[in-house]
Amino acid sequence: MAKGERKAGATRPAAPASGGAGDQHPADAPAGGFVQLLTPDGEHLGSVTTADGTTYAVDFTVDEYKGLYRDLVTVRRLDAEATALQRQGELGLWASLLGQEAAQVGSGRALRKQDMAFPTYREHGVLYCRGIDPIMPFGLFRGVDQGGWDANEHKFNSYTIVIGSQTLHATGYAMGVTMDGKTGTPDGEAVIAYFGDGATSQGEVNESFVWAGVFNAPMVFFCQNNQYAISEPLERQTRIPLYKRAGGYGFPGIRIDGNDVLASYAVTRAALDNARNGQGPTLIEAYTYRMGAHTSSDDPTRYRIASEVESWRAKDPIARVKAFLAKQQMGDADFFEEVDATAGKLALDLRERVLAMPDPQPVTMFDHVYPNGSPELDEQRTAFSAYHATFEGSGH
Amino acid sequence: MADKITLGKALNHGLRRSLENDPKVVIMGEDVGKLGGVFRITDGLQKDFGEDRVIDTPLAEAGIVGTAVGLAIRGYRPVCEIQFDGFVFPAYNQIVAQVAKMFYRSKGKVRVPMVIRIPYGGGIGAVEHHSESPEAYFSHTPGLKVVSCSNPADAYTMIQQAIASDDPIVFFEPKRRYWEKGDVELDAPLADAYPLHNARVARAGSDATLLAYGPMVRVAMDAAAVAAEDGRQLEVIDLRTLSPVDYPVIFESVRRTGRAVVIHEAPGNLGLGSELAARISEECFYSLEAPVLRVTGYDIPYPAARSEEEYLPDLDRVLDAVDRSFGW
Repeated sequence: MAKGERKAGATRPAAPASGGAGDQHPADAPAGGFVQLLTPDGEHLGSVTTADGTTYAVDFTVDEYKGLYRDLVTVRRLDAEATALQRQGELGLWASLLGQEAAQVGSGRALRKQDMAFPTYREHGVLYCRGIDPIMPFGLFRGVDQGGWDANEHKFNSYTIVIGSQTLHATGYAMGVTMDGKTGTPDGEAVIAYFGDGATSQGEVNESFVWAGVFNAPMVFFCQNNQYAISEPLERQTRIPLYKRAGGYGFPGIRIDGNDVLASYAVTRAALDNARNGQGPTLIEAYTYRMGAHTSSDDPTRYRIASEVESWRAKDPIARVKAFLAKQQMGDADFFEEVDATAGKLALDLRERVLAMPDPQPVTMFDHVYPNGSPELDEQRTAFSAYHATFEGSGH
Repeated sequence: MADKITLGKALNHGLRRSLENDPKVVIMGEDVGKLGGVFRITDGLQKDFGEDRVIDTPLAEAGIVGTAVGLAIRGYRPVCEIQFDGFVFPAYNQIVAQVAKMFYRSKGKVRVPMVIRIPYGGGIGAVEHHSESPEAYFSHTPGLKVVSCSNPADAYTMIQQAIASDDPIVFFEPKRRYWEKGDVELDAPLADAYPLHNARVARAGSDATLLAYGPMVRVAMDAAAVAAEDGRQLEVIDLRTLSPVDYPVIFESVRRTGRAVVIHEAPGNLGLGSELAARISEECFYSLEAPVLRVTGYDIPYPAARSEEEYLPDLDRVLDAVDRSFGW
């Protein structure tokens, strides 16, 4: 897709609205509303004005809309391939993003090149939208390494598995951005921290809200509320809508339709730009649904009913973009077919490369424990190699 | 020319020099700015280096260490102060699960050079949580290096070396020795300083080896002085580095003396002394005249202050252990 600057954002340069959407809430919105620009039926609302008067809008070119559609289809197709690879025993685990494509593609494409992202372990869609080879996290899930990428090179931190810990890393990094003098201008840097509804109960996440507030950190807290923390429903994490938590920490919070890629893009872009301009943090709650299991080790039929899943299927993040493109005659059957075929090729290529990943040499487990090494570890490495050498030729 | 200054002041000078030498060094913690820290270790630093270099943080230890990780990823070299030993546990997750693993997780592509300073140990008549010795928890964690200084000269150089190192380092400061004075060469080049991860023979001897670190080095030295009056020449090794331990120096000494006594304030069960005893047994078995003995805190929560003198290893308990070693 075209990677040029898209036209989007808030009409007011002020901080985004504290609250949901305006007085007229979309029909499928939770109580209190959310920002929605593309309805589940594919109707483009053009713009939406929140209760405090901030207007969010997108005005993409045809190619840009088609590009977003391609992103959504591609990340879902790659995710499906990963799920299949796990089921076939080729990955130890997979954390599927199924259902959360719009939240990730919208926010991922809203990032500017200089922005830094701190993911959980599910942000494969954001990773893809950063222009990173989608195979990058597969070493982790296949068990050949623990990730192994350079956060600064890709502007995309290591996947963080302990829930919520990365929000503090993001906040510290954002403090560093300020200390480097990289805020306060339109080409400044901003930081985004991803986490889920479950993470909002973690002390570290709440500490990161405190820190970001008092240090006016140039960052966006992007919470994908997918309604469940493994089996525990949202009601076990909070008594109030999550976006309202921001008020207690002194910065704006806003809820978006997490299945609407346009809302995700517009609101995240506005919040990031506010951050880079020196206006401090924003909490975005992307209201969405995890259509699959928490991970490949989970069985969601034990804690949620089929009709609930079906009701969310009607709000699918990709179907609405397809409907929009078709209605506007921006995309025809050939286009949709080509996107599917191209995504399928990417998935096949991914599969082949995952299967070709070599197992690590066991002795490399001793590498990269300390930047300056350790004589104790050197001895253990030597002993390990000597021990294994005794088996050579013995058939073990 | 050497200055006679306290261990606390030596740390202050060391931190100041690190701030001067590297603009990426930042100090962060509770009360480290205006107040200069509850022990005044950072006294005057915020005034001279500004609020961006010496950062008064919100009161949350996980936040201090977690944001320091982010700053380190960004290219800074944070020095975190944990106000007291017993307050480190809210940050334990960040230290053990993130600080220790970032380099490994990234296959060496992401470094988090940071120092976590922890005033530790008892003997100051404090309330609960202010007298603990949690060094074994961190020494047990691969990816962390752990050091402890015992005197002003080491405090001055070791804090600078720790800050300059790309390894994440937990730096244990013997809080009850903060006010003890010693000679410190403030103008000596850091490059000439004794290496950070080397143990040092603090007193040479031939009859038995005392192994100590941090606040217990003083106790070991006093015990060696008294033993000498009885004709026993005790060698005292100041470990200085707890992870990794500098074993060659220890093994050489124990092979020569045939006896070893480990001293630390922390509870004995699975403490550093347990590992030292195991390693010495493995490496020096045929040289040993007696089992490696340990003089440690008891396996109880740190007791109320009015009992701490009975809890902490002291001169008599060390000499008693030496007697037992010779009586084997």
